Amino acid sequence: MASSIRVRAIASGEITEVQTLIQHPMDSGFVKDDKGEIIPAHFIQELTFEYDSRKVFVADWGTAVSKDPYVKFSFKGGNKGDDLKVSWIDNQGAADTATVKIQ
Amino acid sequence: MRSRLKLALAAFAVLALSAISSAGAADKPDPVADASAFRNYFVKKFPSLKLEDFVNGPYALNEDMRRQWLEKEQFPPYEFSLEMGKELFARPFANGKHYADCFPHQGIGIRQNYPYFDEKEGKVVTLELALSRCREANGEKVISFVGEEMAALTAYMAFTSRGKLFDINIPDDPRALDAYQRGKRYFYTRRGQLNFSCATCHVQYPGERMRAEVLAPAVGILNAMPIYRSEWGGMGTISRRFTTCDSQIRGVPLEPQAEEYRDLEYYLSYVSNGLPISGPGARP
Amino acid sequence: MSMIGSIAQIRLCCLLVPMWLIAGAVSVPAAGSETEFKAAYAAAEAAEKEAGRLRNRWTVTEAALIEAKKAADRGDFDQAISSAKEAEALAKASIFQAESEKDAWKNLEMR
Repeated sequence: MASSIRVRAIASGEITEVQTLIQHPMDSGFVKDDKGEIIPAHFIQELTFEYDSRKVFVADWGTAVSKDPYVKFSFKGGNKGDDLKVSWIDNQGAADTATVKIQ
Repeated sequence: MRSRLKLALAAFAVLALSAISSAGAADKPDPVADASAFRNYFVKKFPSLKLEDFVNGPYALNEDMRRQWLEKEQFPPYEFSLEMGKELFARPFANGKHYADCFPHQGIGIRQNYPYFDEKEGKVVTLELALSRCREANGEKVISFVGEEMAALTAYMAFTSRGKLFDINIPDDPRALDAYQRGKRYFYTRRGQLNFSCATCHVQYPGERMRAEVLAPAVGILNAMPIYRSEWGGMGTISRRFTTCDSQIRGVPLEPQAEEYRDLEYYLSYVSNGLPISGPGARP
Repeated sequence: MSMIGSIAQIRLCCLLVPMWLIAGAVSVPAAGSETEFKAAYAAAEAAEKEAGRLRNRWTVTEAALIEAKKAADRGDFDQAISSAKEAEALAKASIFQAESEKDAWKNLEMR
């Protein structure tokens, strides 16, 4: 099954810039479908980026983040060729993870 | 009393005469002149833009939006739909055939030629209609013109044509000219309780705001289709945009791919001839 | 017709109009009837059908028709008639729009 995570990390001097696009419905639980039934809340609760066994970015998300979220951030450190790990877990217990080499 | 009657008759005669003369002037449509006038209007209105810039809609007209869009284009939101489209396009039908069998060049790099006027049937055929007919011809069930699957398929086909210039042809056939003219008329006709025509927003006020949205210019407006609209949280076809536009101005939308919409697409695509395909696109 | 005669005529008309309005208001029954509703709704539907034929229906007309039906279903014929008349007016406006736009569209055309 294709990964839900697209990620790219580029190191430039001291800073590594990370961009990620995650495929996820991010249903708020407030929207009704065609039949008038509530679409159950289904959203990423925690998104974590790890480098060198430490967390460089952690997001606690709720229902306000929209579908297919895109995140961009920078962190100090990060060398070309090293691994960056991305993982998320949602309110229904589903999870996904991806690892990418810093460019 | 008599003089009043005479005056009334004279007035009516003048009106009638002018009606006849203007009907005479409602001559053969001149698409070449129309397209030229269409483009010149926008080029004059936005002198700092090159003609090909218009295909990016609001991003060509608003610096802040442009910056955000360029960032996101590194990881565009339509990527998932595009991948799905590629897969769907390649997947064989139950009878073993493929979409590629229905199109010239295997369906790759041809989006800029749609819509075209089918002289056999005497009607405009859009890309969506062609895909739908391909399914029908191969015993596959109907998919919605406004749904995700059609959006994904047209996204993939548009992607294979990225950079190619719109090349819409109006054959020397009075029916084709009629279809073009009907499309033009639809574009300028006011409709819905809000009494807007397509031109009201996209000719009179591009770059201005309609509530929170920045309006796109009409020239090049189909070049980015289909689009991932943040508002929709997903990919949407030309049919979806036309029908929702109508309901937004409080007009009951016609059926997707109704003759009016196909003619409209024909007109809008033709006047954007020479502008590059930028689809699939992303919009707020 | 002399000037004075016409002024007298106008004055008389002014008097008559409000009288007619008042008379009209008094003669309307206190509560709308189902028969009245059916007539109003039929008129609205006919107009909307014409608008549909012209491919120019408005969403608000459809909404008013639905409102009228709903009100009638719960027995509120006053509201039902009011909504039906609104629907008819909206439908007629959309017909007017379609008819006038047949020529008016050219005014917006870029040449």
